Amino acid sequence: MARWQASATGPALLAVCDLVVEFRGKQGNVIANDHLSLDILPGETLGIVGESGSGKSVLCRAILRLLPSPPAFVRATSVMFDGRDLMRLDDAEMRRVRGQDIAMIFQNPMSSLNPVWPIGDQVAEPLRLHKGMARGEARAATIALLRRVGIPSPEKRIDDYPYQWSGGMMQRAVIAMALAGAPRLMLADEPTTALDVTIQDQILALLLELQRESAMALVLVSHDMGVIAETCDRIVVMYAGRIVELASTPQIFEAPAHPYTLGLLRSIPRLDARKPRLSSIPGQPPDLAQLGIGCAFADRCSLATPECRAARVELRSVGPGHASACLYPDRVAALAMAET
Amino acid sequence: MASALPTARNGLFATIGAEIRSWSPTLKIGTAIMGIILFGAVFAPWVAPYDPYFQNFAATLQPPGPAHLFGTDNLGRDIFSRVLYGARIDLQIGLITTYVPMSYGMLLGAYSGYIGGRVDAVVMRILDTAMAFPFLVLIIVILAILGPGVQNIYISVFLVAWTMYARLARAEMMVERTKDYITAARVLGFPTNRIILRHGLPNVINSSIVFSMSDFVLNILLVSGLSFLGLGIQPPIPEWGAMISEGKDFILQAWWISTMPGFVVVLTGTALSLIGDGLAQRLGERHHTLV
Repeated sequence: MARWQASATGPALLAVCDLVVEFRGKQGNVIANDHLSLDILPGETLGIVGESGSGKSVLCRAILRLLPSPPAFVRATSVMFDGRDLMRLDDAEMRRVRGQDIAMIFQNPMSSLNPVWPIGDQVAEPLRLHKGMARGEARAATIALLRRVGIPSPEKRIDDYPYQWSGGMMQRAVIAMALAGAPRLMLADEPTTALDVTIQDQILALLLELQRESAMALVLVSHDMGVIAETCDRIVVMYAGRIVELASTPQIFEAPAHPYTLGLLRSIPRLDARKPRLSSIPGQPPDLAQLGIGCAFADRCSLATPECRAARVELRSVGPGHASACLYPDRVAALAMAET
Repeated sequence: MASALPTARNGLFATIGAEIRSWSPTLKIGTAIMGIILFGAVFAPWVAPYDPYFQNFAATLQPPGPAHLFGTDNLGRDIFSRVLYGARIDLQIGLITTYVPMSYGMLLGAYSGYIGGRVDAVVMRILDTAMAFPFLVLIIVILAILGPGVQNIYISVFLVAWTMYARLARAEMMVERTKDYITAARVLGFPTNRIILRHGLPNVINSSIVFSMSDFVLNILLVSGLSFLGLGIQPPIPEWGAMISEGKDFILQAWWISTMPGFVVVLTGTALSLIGDGLAQRLGERHHTLV
């Protein structure tokens, strides 16, 4: 369970080293991912949390090289996947990685499926293209895949069009498509945000079950701390394009070491809460085009000092497998204690 | 819309029947008229009562009646038969001048919209150049240089007519390419050609199909107009515009020579416009025909 330190368990499946994503526009340049480094271990579930605009989705898309350039400019020391640097692959090699090694599912299943194709054909397409299956064979494999993701009587539903399915079923079909290539890493970009709560649970349970069966690594991007807490081994907290805290799930909840993480935790509604109102983080996320050199969270932080704004605050270790980009992790801990 | 679509399991005829029942009256009427005209064109040798070139000098300038449904012209030829044979020519030219430019215009636009960047800029500048020519002047110049005839009409139309389809397909593709299903196709590692042709194109084709109905009408009018001016199909070939032109000298004694082919041109135009409007409704509310 506690496999958050890459060195302790052998090589990482995906090692992002010093990734910078910049969007250049007329209103100035926005740095959406600011020198991110991150390891994803084989078979683990990694959660990425942060509010809208913190660069979570951009990170996933940058790893898969899906961002259009211009306006996006991506550079990195390396993005190593299984011994290969994704940043240096040519288009054909990258296509093979995308189809078979790394899969991604998106927020809105209603728009992730092509509206003019029968669902079965869409799920079968990667099988036929990448595995060279014949039509009949691919159809049988598609029915098996749809059954595996929990579509009832898939042999009857395989010729349906997307509009005939509900959002939850469509997300299952999207997951089936992603599984077709037997990926070793699945990037799930807010896979449950567009679904209602009961379906959310089912889809998350499905993803975790599939992950256990196939031993693939799962990256779950969400702005919902609750979802992440239930499912992930490790959590990465992002703010304004930077990683502000990285730790195992119990560490994050028991000993948060960054005031932003603490703010996120306090804003989770609880059934046993004594306080009548949820606390919120004061202020707005900063304009990414006009970031200062210091900590991006300083303006909203009750612990901020002039040192916070003076220089870049790097991610540093505050415990085994636990890193935080705060100058005063002890004070955060004290604040968290005072809270409870 | 959801309830109108068949489940596609109870046979082809049931499917077609359900599809037709879901059509609007506009689409039904347009399709019916066009069906009759197409039937007459395809089966002209069996439907037409006379040979379109047969001159019967005993029966010149006969008014419409039971023997000659649309009357006869100054050479005693049966106008009804000539209109039927004319439909073959006009519809064929209309089809070619509409759908050949549509196919490559749409492809060009789809690629241009999807790839963007420099490719897009180059295609758009070529397109602007083609659009900047006054179309009728261009076509008359080309016909004046190369001489009248169908082939030269094709050449001039092919130079210009693709631009609208390229514009339409490009604009829609620029919207489609940002949608998740295209990104999903990229994530699944599909080649760019496959994404554009199999995933993108089916989603951008609707507006081009609707526009093609208006374009079809305009192209039939263009061919008739050019033939009327003597730049297109030459007599004695039964072409609608050429027939109207032949009848204009007799318009006071025998109005039917010009009027009957003119009426069929109008009927065809109306039917195609109705189909265009009906399809626009059927395929989505956004599109509107120009005619």
